[in-house]
Amino acid sequence: MHVPTMAEMMANGQTPEVLFWVGCAGSFDQRAQKITKAFATILHKVGINYAILGKEEMCTGDPARRAGNEFMFQMMAYQNIQTLNNYGIKKIVTACPHCFNILRNEYPELGGQYEVVHHTTLLQQLIDEGKIRLREGGSFKGKRITYHDSCYLGRANDIYDAPRKVLELLDAELVEMKRCRSKGLCCGAGGAQMFKEEEKGSTRINFERANEALDTAPNVIAAACPFCNTMLTDGVKNKEKEAEVQVLDVAELIAQSME
Amino acid sequence: MSYIQQILFVLAAGFAIWLFAGNIRKIRRNILLGKEEPYTDNPSQRWKNVFLLAFGQKKMFRNPLVAVMHFVVYAGFVIINIEVLEIFLDGVLGTHRLFAGWSGALYIFLINAFEWLAVGVILFCAIFLIRRNIIKLKRFISHDLDGWPRSDANYILITEIVLMILFLTLNASDTLLQQRGYGHYAEHTTGNFVFSQFLHPVLDGIGNGGLVGVERTCWWLHILGIFAFLNYLPYSKHLHILLAFPNAYYARLWPEGKIRNMPAIQHEVLYAMQPGLAPVNAVAPDKFGAKDVTDLSWRNLLDAYSCTECGRCSSACPASQTGKKLSPRKIMMATRDRTEDIGRNIDANGEFKDDGKTLLHDYISVEELRACTTCNACVEECPVSISPLEIILELRRSLIMDESNAPQEWNVMFSNVENNFAPWKFSPDERDKWAEEMQ
Ligand code: SF4
Ligand code: SF4
Repeated sequence: MHVPTMAEMMANGQTPEVLFWVGCAGSFDQRAQKITKAFATILHKVGINYAILGKEEMCTGDPARRAGNEFMFQMMAYQNIQTLNNYGIKKIVTACPHCFNILRNEYPELGGQYEVVHHTTLLQQLIDEGKIRLREGGSFKGKRITYHDSCYLGRANDIYDAPRKVLELLDAELVEMKRCRSKGLCCGAGGAQMFKEEEKGSTRINFERANEALDTAPNVIAAACPFCNTMLTDGVKNKEKEAEVQVLDVAELIAQSME
Repeated sequence: MSYIQQILFVLAAGFAIWLFAGNIRKIRRNILLGKEEPYTDNPSQRWKNVFLLAFGQKKMFRNPLVAVMHFVVYAGFVIINIEVLEIFLDGVLGTHRLFAGWSGALYIFLINAFEWLAVGVILFCAIFLIRRNIIKLKRFISHDLDGWPRSDANYILITEIVLMILFLTLNASDTLLQQRGYGHYAEHTTGNFVFSQFLHPVLDGIGNGGLVGVERTCWWLHILGIFAFLNYLPYSKHLHILLAFPNAYYARLWPEGKIRNMPAIQHEVLYAMQPGLAPVNAVAPDKFGAKDVTDLSWRNLLDAYSCTECGRCSSACPASQTGKKLSPRKIMMATRDRTEDIGRNIDANGEFKDDGKTLLHDYISVEELRACTTCNACVEECPVSISPLEIILELRRSLIMDESNAPQEWNVMFSNVENNFAPWKFSPDERDKWAEEMQ
């Protein structure tokens, strides 16, 4: 399977329908790379005409901006917007809610105006259009799945239903945590916390959240953000439940069940 | 006798209103110490928010039972003010039940409705007192509220109960005097009211003269209580019954995930990248983010004055809930405290005299700011459209850009972003390695 880059497309005089913005976690983090691969596989199987920026993609500046380093954010935004506008990008899909939020809400006033969708929304559309079909009796049939709302998808952008609708297709038993949807508890990674030790406290945020997820006695904890995924995986390991409970991205669940 | 009462009333009312107006002017001045920021777009959406969020208390209905109780207390408070209008006019004009003569059956219906509300207010305020002091809900026993804020909440609830009891006793003694056909009370017979009639047996033993004394005392205490309450508001979290309305009007209309842009830095970066665009006399800003309340926007300071100290934000905050020092409620209380301190400083000195303090460090610590995950739970929960997160982010900007005060790990992250275009130390050449692996 070949993943086309914008540069190649351009050289061949082609324009993709949508740019797949991979994000730093999806590009470099070993666990998140699997999510990226799963999503690329889905795009490929469905026959969507897409491309990535490849080596030309840069950090959106989200962790820098939220830590307080506006200079660094503006530098990154400037460079990314130049690249995106040079390629004449119209539509972007990304599997990272942080990239999604910043591209959708914060780049426009800096001159970067694109239609931005999160991968769970795109997956829901593809399902609605009948383009994604799952195997009969897929591997998650009857399994208990609990979905963890990413702050940057949920509260930040009011996307609560798309990931749940996608999960419904799996014919699994969906269970909600005590704090879900707009009341969902953060995984602890946002606001650049991913890149530093937590402040002193009685417990870690990801332990608290993973415990709440485990209280639903799930087979799978579904996430829609690479950072949530890492945080929850660590929380599950802390309870030594990693043998029984998997933490998987919505895209991985679908990719593993597709025909 | 009646003239003396009229004169006393006008004096008391005038004094109360004068005092209140002065306090409100000061609060307005303090809020406008903040920096300008436009919030006037889309007026139709803004009015909708006033009706939904302020009048309708939409966010409160995330917990329907509490919402209904709070709504009754609030409606009781607001609607009974129609009755206060009558009491006020009676006071000025020396009349008694001025509206009764005009509106007959409607009047009796209204007073009965007020009595229902009064009883509702007494009941629910009692429940609120129990929740705070006996059941001790977690968000009410938090250290955020130690000292004055905790007493403040209790005082208000007790005052509301007392005012409502006075209102009912007033009606009871009045209707009893009507029954007895005593003096001017007999001129407008309203008949008994739905709840106050049950107080008749208690008052029955009192002679006519004494009963007039009871009626007058209740009347005076009730209205003086309201005047006192009015002037207590500016010192209390109960200012929210007024400021919730402008705060809803000026609600942020963009997605919660979006944070305030810094055009000054945007331009500086642009000029660095494309020097040709830089104006000849471009001056770089000398200050970034907020170190003190005067660096925040007026919108943030209006937030601070509108905070009800309810703690819904901190109950939802992942940092507060896992024992970190950060509490978004405390961020709001500290911002209000600092604004008040600056206001008092200006009152005393004519203009602000440096007191060697700033919001950052002296009122809000670095440890608190560092614990925020920018999850927006506080913003989502707040019933009066406050954003503690916006203040946290502005203070973080000052810490990083003015003071270069960052944890070592963040400095590493910044330099990775700068040199490798990713927050981790990977070579940019490996960015699409995953794609090669899929070949
Ligand atoms: S945004 Fe920050 S302060 Fe607000 S709830 Fe989340 S962690 Fe707490
Ligand atoms: S900021 Fe809002 S939620 Fe938090 S204490 Fe104040 S009013 Fe309550």
